[in-house]
Amino acid sequence: MPVAPAALTLHELREQIAAGALDPRALLRDLLERISRLNPSLRAYIAVDPERVLAQLEARLQHGPRGPLFGIPITVKDNLCVSGEETACGSQILSGFRPPYHATVVERLLQAGAVVIPRANMDEFAFGSSTETSAFGPTRNPWDPARVPGGSSGGSAAAVAADVAIAALGTDTGGSIRQPASFCGVVGLKPTYGRVSRYGLIAFASSLDQAGPLTKDVTDCALLLSVIAGQDARDSTSAPMPVPDYLAALSEPVKGLRVGVPALPSDGLDPQVAAALEEAQRVLERLGMRPVPVELPHIRHAVETYYIIATAEASSNLARYDGVRYGWRATALPAGPARGGGIDASSAQRGLLPMYLQTRAQGFGAEAVRRILLGTYVLSRGYYDAYYLQGMKVRTLMKRDFDAALAQCDALLLPTAPTPAFRLGEKLADPLQMYLSDIYTISANLAGVPAMSVPCGLSREGLPIGLQLIGAPFQEAMLLRVARAYEQATDWHRRRPALAAAGTAR
Amino acid sequence: MTAYEPVIGLEVHVQLATASKLFCGCPTTFGAAPNSQTCPVCLGLPGTLPVLNQRAFELGIRTAVALECRVAEVMKFDRKQYFYPDLPKGYQISQYDRPLAHDGHLDVAGGEAVKRIRIRRAHLEEDAGKLLHDPNEPFSYVDFNRAGIPLLEIVTEPDLRLPEDAYAYLVELKAILRALGVSNCNMEEGSLRCDANVSLRPSGAAELGAKVEIKNLNSFKAVKDALAFEMDRQRRVLERGEAVAQETRLWNARAQTTEPMRSKEEASDYRYFPEPDLVPFHIEAAAVERARRELPELPARHRQRLVEAYGLSAYDAGVLAQFRPLGALFEQTVAHYPKPKPVVNWIMGDLLGYLNGRSQDPETLVFQPAWLVHLLEAIERGEISGKTAKALFVEALERQRDPQELMQGRDVRQIVDAGELERLVDVVVSEHQKSVADYQKGKANALMFLVGKCMERSQGKANPQQLKSILQRKLAEPREAVS
Amino acid sequence: MSVVTPAEVRAVAWLARIDVPEDRLPQVAAQLDDILAYVRKLQAIPTQSVEPTSHVLPLSNVTRADQPVPPLPAEQAVRLAPDQRGHLVRVPKVVDVG
Repeated sequence: MPVAPAALTLHELREQIAAGALDPRALLRDLLERISRLNPSLRAYIAVDPERVLAQLEARLQHGPRGPLFGIPITVKDNLCVSGEETACGSQILSGFRPPYHATVVERLLQAGAVVIPRANMDEFAFGSSTETSAFGPTRNPWDPARVPGGSSGGSAAAVAADVAIAALGTDTGGSIRQPASFCGVVGLKPTYGRVSRYGLIAFASSLDQAGPLTKDVTDCALLLSVIAGQDARDSTSAPMPVPDYLAALSEPVKGLRVGVPALPSDGLDPQVAAALEEAQRVLERLGMRPVPVELPHIRHAVETYYIIATAEASSNLARYDGVRYGWRATALPAGPARGGGIDASSAQRGLLPMYLQTRAQGFGAEAVRRILLGTYVLSRGYYDAYYLQGMKVRTLMKRDFDAALAQCDALLLPTAPTPAFRLGEKLADPLQMYLSDIYTISANLAGVPAMSVPCGLSREGLPIGLQLIGAPFQEAMLLRVARAYEQATDWHRRRPALAAAGTAR
Repeated sequence: MTAYEPVIGLEVHVQLATASKLFCGCPTTFGAAPNSQTCPVCLGLPGTLPVLNQRAFELGIRTAVALECRVAEVMKFDRKQYFYPDLPKGYQISQYDRPLAHDGHLDVAGGEAVKRIRIRRAHLEEDAGKLLHDPNEPFSYVDFNRAGIPLLEIVTEPDLRLPEDAYAYLVELKAILRALGVSNCNMEEGSLRCDANVSLRPSGAAELGAKVEIKNLNSFKAVKDALAFEMDRQRRVLERGEAVAQETRLWNARAQTTEPMRSKEEASDYRYFPEPDLVPFHIEAAAVERARRELPELPARHRQRLVEAYGLSAYDAGVLAQFRPLGALFEQTVAHYPKPKPVVNWIMGDLLGYLNGRSQDPETLVFQPAWLVHLLEAIERGEISGKTAKALFVEALERQRDPQELMQGRDVRQIVDAGELERLVDVVVSEHQKSVADYQKGKANALMFLVGKCMERSQGKANPQQLKSILQRKLAEPREAVS
Repeated sequence: MSVVTPAEVRAVAWLARIDVPEDRLPQVAAQLDDILAYVRKLQAIPTQSVEPTSHVLPLSNVTRADQPVPPLPAEQAVRLAPDQRGHLVRVPKVVDVG
């Protein structure tokens, strides 16, 4: 039985379409059919409008650029602006918002000929590691619907894993691409800070956010990265570095490369994950790579540092959601004196203040409120030096750690997440435990270095485990090269969840 | 009774003369229809990012250099956070601890001596939008056209002591900014705005009293008046033995009073932190040096040169240096008509009088130096009377035409022909026998009346000096001779 | 040891313009306290001679030319707002000044 088009990889589809062996319409119809069948239970997408997507393909086929992604649907997370399409960042407060502009990464997908499918589900404003904080309901893990897909790009990862996306874009502020990639058994890459434009990426923490690919294999990852990477005049923080040929890098030999193995805080590390990592290291050694012990002394403080810097920036970035210029505005205002601190009751009962207070209290979910309050606190008078300034200084130390470690090796090998996917609701009531699930991913964002997650095993419960490779700034090609060699030596990336198999012979 | 000394500081916001906004490409045209000059960036739409306008950066450096500031080697931007409907992002991109420039000064003439006013800092920031209120409605309205307009905020040290000092500082600063071409400094359009703060302390005391910030100052005169009022108010508070409240007050120009602004329930906490969407900016010493070399002549130097080179009075030089177009008109006219005295008199008298009469800003003057040269030459050649010259000057201003051109084909030439004047006098004398009699009885005024009548009859073209002597001669003759 | 008081939560919620009902203040304070207690471990790291990092990239002086580009049409800019009249964005009356 032939493989259904939606189950193919990006690079396979690209070849088939280019050879005229596959009609992009057949591909899109197959994909939309799977979405309509699987998405109601999976909720990888907040919503998909098949008519609009089909119309987009027709437009592309008639006069679209015949770029490297010609006719191929690419799924994008709900925090990447697609002009004219609702883009709500998983939040009630942005519901109904249709940006009049494309995110630069979306524009690049379109220029490459892709059909963009918007609205992959996500934690509200990317605040979370489970996609449970989405205002539109949680995404399920395709490997076990009782478990989370990780987050915040859980919708993108689950969609790719369940073959309801060919490939997807996510965003990563503290692990939001890599951790869900690990939980869903797909490949995910967070580029170097500045490698990919942030224009049109709805900001969580501006100094940490990067968009990147979530794909079925490493080749797809290289392909998608080469489309979205590069300087953008609209983003002052995008780097003027040339974009190397990532696809060509895949076939470079890895023999003789050094893999850095850091000593890590192991509290909370699942023994199955530790074992999978050790096995992965042996695979790399068999491929001729040489393990090098390295130190990352400040990585144990990554979570603390991150939760200061990320919440501080988030509290500021989310101030614009005030019900004035776009998005949602509360109309039901409390009859009694408004509360919220120190407000003169007479003025608070009418006018602007209750609109602000209620729009933001009702429009944001609990985790967003928590992070805004935390971020406001660490920036407020009297606390700035002890928290935010200290956070930025420790960030300096962490960056130095990475500089030193990466001077001794070509890539670092770490777990992506301390455990396989956890159960829905398991950590929702304990924010700190949720934050700790990002313990191994956060430091790459703080140091601004590229990092990717690659499937490297399955737990006894049949849940995917991911390994993480971290490289020096702008050394994505090195990560892809190592990951590709590892992938060729193993078959973890070929494993598909039962859910996906149910719809596809493979 | 204790004598009090006022301590005054000023914060001036200058709109930099750029074609596009500080962080986006929206045009900066004044007076556009509401919300017609906005884009996703200046509306603070999600995911959008700022990119600094290179020209605003350069104009900032130019200003800093002219104010003798130390230009930062590294400047950065910070977010100043507060909620207000005209502030799209919930923060203003401004500069906190690494401003563009600091520690400069500006010298102003205050009374006899020159006073040096220290500039504490100058920094770049974006403007907010504009709120409109309708007193009859439970709504406010927002126009975001101004959101993102580039501003340079220039803050003095509390070195000013008198409202007049503040006024003089503002006049000098405005002249400098205009000389630099960094701003049109139009207060009506909001491109120059000033907040003042003032406190009183017992004379000789070192520490400062409670500071009152005054806002809503719409003109330099308002700054002066508001400071004078506020000093007086604070003095009376202190003399009652009470304490001056540290607060922000609004100037009410109609009532000529300051009024307390509704105090915020809680002291503001702007939670400044480095703007992560913008990178730091290094300013090389060479760039500062280049900006210094490229500075135009500043008003102080210009004044000095006008006095030394043309022998102008300090006052005239001051006015000409304050308004570039007047200074330029003077110097270019003198280049072709090298008599500074009459030239400056025309500019200071007729031209300024004309402009003041129409409340026209001298900065907007359009007048060719050649026109004034032609006018002055015609007077000198005796071709036109002073009165005609004045009329022609106004006409030239109004019609934007060369007076020489206006004179052509028109009978405006002065009547100097003795025979013609004699005939004119004869007619007037015959018509005003009573005045002739009065004059002959010794009423000197009657002569001037007759001259006036002659001028009237000649439509201002007769030469009054000649008329006067003809009349004197004729009226001294025996009456019979007049027939 | 608790460091965040309900009064501080009230003040921070006001700065962030988020209504937190009085009866919820202690609970929110306790949550923030948990997280801050964890985060405060950072303060033990000696950083006296360490420069803060706010940008990981060594980029500087990124500017654009002063070229105006066509703005959004007013109706498009204003249409995004939850409430508008004509080409103005409408909000409940601003009672407080500044």
